[in-house]
Amino acid sequence: MSSITITVIDREDQPHVLDAPTDMNMNLMEICKAYELPVKGTCGGMAMCASCHCYIESEHELKEATDDEEDMLDQAFFVEDNSRLGCQIYLQDELEGLVIRLAEEGS
Amino acid sequence: MIETDIIIIGAGPCGLFTVFEAGLLKLRCHLIDALPIPGGQCAEIYPKKPIYDIPGLPSILAGDLVDNLMEQIAPFNPGFTLGERVEQVAKQEDGSFLVTSSDGTIHKAPVVAIAGGLGCFEPRKPPIENITEFENKGIDYIVKDPEKYRDKDVVISGGGDSALDWSIFLADGVAKSVSLVHRRSSFRGHPDSVDKVMGLSQAGKLNLITEAEVKQISGNGSLKTLGIKHKKQGEMSVNTDYWLPLFGLSPSLGPIANWGLNITKNAIEVNTFDYSTNIDGIFAIGDINTYPGKLKLILCGFHEATLMVQSAFKIVYPDKKLSFKYTTVMGGIAGFSE
Repeated sequence: MSSITITVIDREDQPHVLDAPTDMNMNLMEICKAYELPVKGTCGGMAMCASCHCYIESEHELKEATDDEEDMLDQAFFVEDNSRLGCQIYLQDELEGLVIRLAEEGS
Repeated sequence: MIETDIIIIGAGPCGLFTVFEAGLLKLRCHLIDALPIPGGQCAEIYPKKPIYDIPGLPSILAGDLVDNLMEQIAPFNPGFTLGERVEQVAKQEDGSFLVTSSDGTIHKAPVVAIAGGLGCFEPRKPPIENITEFENKGIDYIVKDPEKYRDKDVVISGGGDSALDWSIFLADGVAKSVSLVHRRSSFRGHPDSVDKVMGLSQAGKLNLITEAEVKQISGNGSLKTLGIKHKKQGEMSVNTDYWLPLFGLSPSLGPIANWGLNITKNAIEVNTFDYSTNIDGIFAIGDINTYPGKLKLILCGFHEATLMVQSAFKIVYPDKKLSFKYTTVMGGIAGFSE
């Protein structure tokens, strides 16, 4: 099993260092839920709610957001240049050391 | 008053299939849903997405699944109350329930099945502290009657189709002025709508404010001024009669939380024997319930509905015996003629 280490900063500013598998077809929303961090993932990962809205805090080059993701971010609140939907970012070896911050609830 | 055997709250796939399983046991059903169309999330959120885990259907679009379910339950002639949210469920002395909708429609039945999915879909509200003070006093999340905005100053927020469509409609000779505020410089609505918006903007009929967001609301009793934060130009204020924040819908549990049911993490606790809740006669099936091992899958909801109607039968007909039959030996599905 291969895995990477990522850091998720919660809404109380607490960092959580997670061991995240890269061979289980998991995304950032799912890994947060697996560690019982406060991410709802209401739509189940279809980029159709914004409950997994997060900010990318590290310098990683991520794949560009799809039209679906941009559409949803258009309807979200507290959106910044580094906003992404966690459910659209799959855990891969290149993301070793990734740091994300959870956006406010209701965003 | 509408009377039936089972009132189903929620007309998503699970609620719809309940009609079929109940019908096989000669139980009549009436569905109530806050959305104006049947199908729940499948119809409202992802009608064009394929689903791959419906047994026997290698791939089916969510919208097609809803159409198929409507065809499958048609022989059982269910009733529908659509576009109305259930507000109240009250148990009567005789054990039956009165279920009242937001429009005051009253339904009566001995059994209530809550198949409410994630809850009901409500407009997404921008997180501005005093926004509720101005709701219906200048702020509308849904356009019900466009005439309301005739000869008025209107600001619309959002980048999706409904924001674009209403901007085009109101800017074309209805409102006195229309400003469209959007967080990015590009739009992802229908290309045709985007072209029209750009055309109206160039013709001076629509004030396009992109890379901007409404951050503040002020007024005296009713809306007067919006504070808009522009990415490059900083803050500005715009006087307006109306603001229409059109950011789509998101689900919330809503009034279900107030009916005395045991709820954990936005889901109703049930007994897996028959998906009964802590209130006799009320069942909860599909995504809205929770139990050890719960998976939010349509196929699990179908299973839950099937077991649930067995207990519903015993409530509706306490003295009758129930025999179990395969549909293959029924010589076709005998529905209800009216």
